Amino acid sequence: MDGHRRSLSARAWRALTYGVPLAFLALFFVYPLATILERGLLSNGSLASPLDVLTDPLTRDVVWFTIWQALASTVLTFAIALPAAYVLGRYTFPGRDVVRALVVVPFVLPTVVVALAFLAILPAGLERGWAAILIAHAFFNVAVVVLVVSTFWASLDRRVTEAAATLGAGPWRSFREITLPLLAPALAAAAAIVFLFSFTSFGIVLILGGPGYSTIEAEIYNQAVRIFDLRAAAVLSLVQLLCVGVAVWITLRLEARVAVRGGLRSERDVLRRPHTIREKAFVAGSLCLLALFLGLPLAVLVERSFAVGGGHGLDAYRALAHPTSALLATPWEAVVNSIVYAGAATVIAVVIGGLAAFAVASSRGPRALDGLLMLPLGASAVMLGFGFVIAFDRAPLDFRAAPWIVPVVQALVAIPFVVRIVAPTVRAIDERQREAAAMLGASPGRVRREIDLPIIGRALAVAAGFAFAISLGEFGATVFIARPDSPTLPVAIFRFLGRPGELNAAEAYALAVVLMAVTAISMFVAGRLRIRRNGWI
Amino acid sequence: MTKCHKALVGTLVGILAFGGFACTGGGESPTDVVLVTHDSFAVSEDVKKAFENETGLKLRILQTGDAGETLTKALLTAGNPQGDVLFGVDNTLLSRALDGDVFQPYESPALVAVDARLVLDPEHRVTPIDHGEVCLNVDKAWFADQGIAPPRSLDDLDDPRYRKLLVVQNPATSSPGLAFLLATIARYGEGGWQGFWRRLRENGVLVVDGWEEAYTVRFSGAAGSRGDRPIVVSYASSPPAEVIFRMPQPSTAPTAVVEDSCFRQIEFAGVLRGARNEEGAQKLVDFMLSKPFQEDVPLSMFVFPVNREAKLPPEFVKFAVVPERPLDLPPGEIEANRDDWIKAWTDIVVR
Repeated sequence: MDGHRRSLSARAWRALTYGVPLAFLALFFVYPLATILERGLLSNGSLASPLDVLTDPLTRDVVWFTIWQALASTVLTFAIALPAAYVLGRYTFPGRDVVRALVVVPFVLPTVVVALAFLAILPAGLERGWAAILIAHAFFNVAVVVLVVSTFWASLDRRVTEAAATLGAGPWRSFREITLPLLAPALAAAAAIVFLFSFTSFGIVLILGGPGYSTIEAEIYNQAVRIFDLRAAAVLSLVQLLCVGVAVWITLRLEARVAVRGGLRSERDVLRRPHTIREKAFVAGSLCLLALFLGLPLAVLVERSFAVGGGHGLDAYRALAHPTSALLATPWEAVVNSIVYAGAATVIAVVIGGLAAFAVASSRGPRALDGLLMLPLGASAVMLGFGFVIAFDRAPLDFRAAPWIVPVVQALVAIPFVVRIVAPTVRAIDERQREAAAMLGASPGRVRREIDLPIIGRALAVAAGFAFAISLGEFGATVFIARPDSPTLPVAIFRFLGRPGELNAAEAYALAVVLMAVTAISMFVAGRLRIRRNGWI
Repeated sequence: MTKCHKALVGTLVGILAFGGFACTGGGESPTDVVLVTHDSFAVSEDVKKAFENETGLKLRILQTGDAGETLTKALLTAGNPQGDVLFGVDNTLLSRALDGDVFQPYESPALVAVDARLVLDPEHRVTPIDHGEVCLNVDKAWFADQGIAPPRSLDDLDDPRYRKLLVVQNPATSSPGLAFLLATIARYGEGGWQGFWRRLRENGVLVVDGWEEAYTVRFSGAAGSRGDRPIVVSYASSPPAEVIFRMPQPSTAPTAVVEDSCFRQIEFAGVLRGARNEEGAQKLVDFMLSKPFQEDVPLSMFVFPVNREAKLPPEFVKFAVVPERPLDLPPGEIEANRDDWIKAWTDIVVR
């Protein structure tokens, strides 16, 4: 009897962890995207041949450039981020939480603002072209690698590598043969996300590349909006989706092949203070390099926010208190709107992403759900935005002007992060702990509550912080959906930046600084949550 | 498992559908009117309130991306629109909107106060609301310091004296960039503009992606900019903005407009075909032509009113120039050639 009830609840749990994320994805991603692709491809009621678009040499150039710049951006991002990820994943030191919070700041900034900051600091010759694009992509994405990898690294048992050292393995060999395979899931997860973000980037590519540079996403925008050739836009979206599908599939294969399960430890048992001079120098050196790379463009933004009247002053910040016709509101209301939207998106993303993480971690075969949930990161945001207006245009599904559609789309982008941060931890939970608990008579629900939840608590908190940051930054389709007159921070920044006059520019930068502060504070709070949960284990 | 699955999807759809109903209202006589527009739309709070008090309708504003995205969405939803009035289609996109059957005709009585040359659709499917001119702006101080006379017309730009002084936006990615290309086509004709751009290229024209970079980063005349290009493509309203938003306010505008380089952009509003609140939509179009709204557009959107009776703010009277005879092209011609012109331009200037 008891066994029957247990298996029933296990089946309900499985249905819940698979069904809810799949339904969400089907309704808010697959359905609108399929609707717009169908509209584009079936012009004149018949399937139009995509061959002319595919054989256009321009398309080939753009596809090739999109792929290689995304790969190169991923490599550069890892080169810059890995030392810091190592430091944060192995050592504890005063201000560690502050560093983890600050790293995320660049990630949320609007691309135009960052591009303009880069134009100001890159040396002549480097300021335009592919090098500038790669550097800017690395600037944005360092946070992904540092957070995803260091969170996982900080839960890997130190004793394994220490045992290897005792047995005579050098540091390089123990890294290659022990740490690397253990770390593989997190590395693959971070690589996939950085690749997809760089792959679909287009503001950075157009501004920093200069005329002549373009990505598939930029071409889709060009076809759909400038030329209004929906057929070409749909064909290009399918090409993009295909590339993204292949990239995601490779990542999953790689992850499945190399991933080794190790027992997870609480961060408190893993992290230690740097002892030797060499260790101290390495910690300080990696953090200084990262601070320099991320800090310089940010410093430009801060400086610009004070630049008024030929000198420096607080005028832009004072002006933020006043209502302005640019926003139909005061800029501070934009701050509140951003926090409300991001809060709602975080709740959606953590609930749905958390459930999906369990589904992904428990399945043994190729994890299709995992791959599907990644697709919104790489699918065309432009087309998805258009899909929303035609897919949800009739009762009972007329959501086109509903305010809650904004956090829903933000959550669509945040969910893959939640899954990628939480799933490796769920997967690494030692099965023996669960079995032992079950053997002692614990029900599956109790096993989840008392074994799984405390261990994934910190990953969930990190994921929630990251989801909040992603929603604050408003990427992807968020940019392309209609919104009622309640501007958020990124929207407000665009509005000010688009107007001539010194005070407008300074106000745009001042709001960017406010966005930076809100991000840093929320990430810091998320970090604190994690530590309290740790104490709770 | 599959049954469970279906039940879950059903529940989710049900909840969302309910939310959708709650949000759209769906009542018999609408109490609001929805203005669908682009991200640059702005209106002062008291002007918005004035409309609401006058008509008893709540004005909801739905901003759906830049002007191009807004039109694309309107085309995709023609007949079943997102709102009641669309504002923000300009003369460079007008033909596409009319061909897409987005609007239904409405001839506002308020049109009597509008210059007939701005009314481009004789069927009144769209109504002109404002106009703004894309013009070359020059940095007066830079030219004074160098002892060079600033250019007075488009013809001057290939003069070696102005070598490496001009920054323009890519017409493929920027709306003022496209307007400036159209200005050169209007000025030099179908056979002559290519040669002009070849000479500009030889004379070191800098092409950037968008207005933000061109004006705030590359142009030397924008306050706070570290740019080194004293000639930029911007708007006729930029010089007054340089006065209004500079602290302390200067007594003369630091920048000036090259009058013969201006291309006229007219922005239109129209009642959307299938509007839920057609009567409210017509009231809104009337209101947008009335003095309170028209006198608000210069300082909220940096464009000029079309209503002859609307008074300009003092900063505009003092520092803005409304070009007498701006350059212009018929919307049908723009629609028919836009893509080819941009491709040809790209081959000449970028490749």
